[in-house]
Amino acid sequence: MNPAVAPFLPVLLLFLLALGVGAAILVVSGKILPGLLKPDNPKPAKLTPYECGVPPLQEGARHRYSVKFYLVAMLFILFDVEAAFLLPWAVQYKTHLWTFWAMLSFLATLLVGYIYAWGKGALDWER
Amino acid sequence: MGAINLDDSVMTTRLDSVVNWARKNSLWPLPFGTACCAIEFMSMMSSRYDFSRFGAEALRFSPRQSDMLLVLGTVTNKQAPVLRQIYAQMAEPKWVVAVGVCASSGGMYRTYATLQGIDRVVPVDVYVPGCPPRPETMIYGVMQLQEQISRESLSSRKEHIERFYQSLARQEERQRASGQSGYQTVREMVLEAGEQGEQQIW
Repeated sequence: MNPAVAPFLPVLLLFLLALGVGAAILVVSGKILPGLLKPDNPKPAKLTPYECGVPPLQEGARHRYSVKFYLVAMLFILFDVEAAFLLPWAVQYKTHLWTFWAMLSFLATLLVGYIYAWGKGALDWER
Repeated sequence: MGAINLDDSVMTTRLDSVVNWARKNSLWPLPFGTACCAIEFMSMMSSRYDFSRFGAEALRFSPRQSDMLLVLGTVTNKQAPVLRQIYAQMAEPKWVVAVGVCASSGGMYRTYATLQGIDRVVPVDVYVPGCPPRPETMIYGVMQLQEQISRESLSSRKEHIERFYQSLARQEERQRASGQSGYQTVREMVLEAGEQGEQQIW
C-alpha cells in the first residue's frame, strides 16, 4: 500500500464500521422489530378506503380520464389569453388608431391557428 | 455484601394489567357526532372540562388512528351500516361509548326510521344517559370505560371484536346474495334478530 495512504486505513475502517452499525440499527429497528412486535390483524374492511363509512364508488383517486380534456384545456388557454388581451386594447383603441391594425394582425394570426385547429378536428368532441 | 432482597427493588405484575393500564390512559377518541350530544362533546374536549386530562388528548377524525368510538346522537337505520363500517375500519383494540339516550336506546325517536339503540349493530361498552348528557356525565362514562378496560383480559377483548367481524362477514355475504343495499341488509338482520328475541346482530 502507498505509505501516504496507509495512516488513513483506520479512518476507513471506522467509517465502514459506522456505516455497518448504522445500517444494522436501521434494519433492526425499522424492519425486523416492528414485524415481531406490531399487532397485525388485517381485515377486508380495514383495507378499503375510508369514505366516511359509505362504500367507495371507485377504488382510489387514480382513475383515468380522456386525453381530449388536455386538448380542450390547451385551446382554452390560447383563446382565453386572446380575449383577455382584447380588454386593454379596447381601452386604448380611441386614442391610438394604429393599435387597430396591430390588433387586427394579432387576431389574424390567431385566426389561422383557429382554422387549423378546426380543420384538424380538435373542436369535435365525438371523434 | 449481603443477599439482595428482590422484593425491595423488583415489581412483578401481569401482562394484562400493564397493557390495559397503557390502553386505558391513551384512548384516541373518534367522534361520530350526529346530534346535539356532539355539541356537548365539543365542550367536553375544550378547556373548561378538558377531557385530555384522562389521556384522550388527541381527537381523530379518521378511524385508522383511533380506538374509542364515541357515538354522539341519533343513528337512523340508513346510518347503521355506515356506523358498522367505521367501527370495522378502526384500529384494534377498540371500544364504543354510546353517548345520550338516542344512541343508547333510540331515545325519544321511537320511530320506524331510527335505530333503537346502536348496540343492535355494534358492540357497546358504556352507555351514557342524558338528552344531551352534560360534559361531566360523558367524562364519567369514559372513566367507567377506563375501569372496565383495566379489568378485562386481552384475549376476551380480541374475541369480542372478532365476533363483530364475523357478523360483518355475514352481512356482506347476505348483501352479495340478495343484491340489496347495505342499510336494507342491516335492517333485515336487525328485524330478524328481533323476531328471535335477540337484541343484537353481532
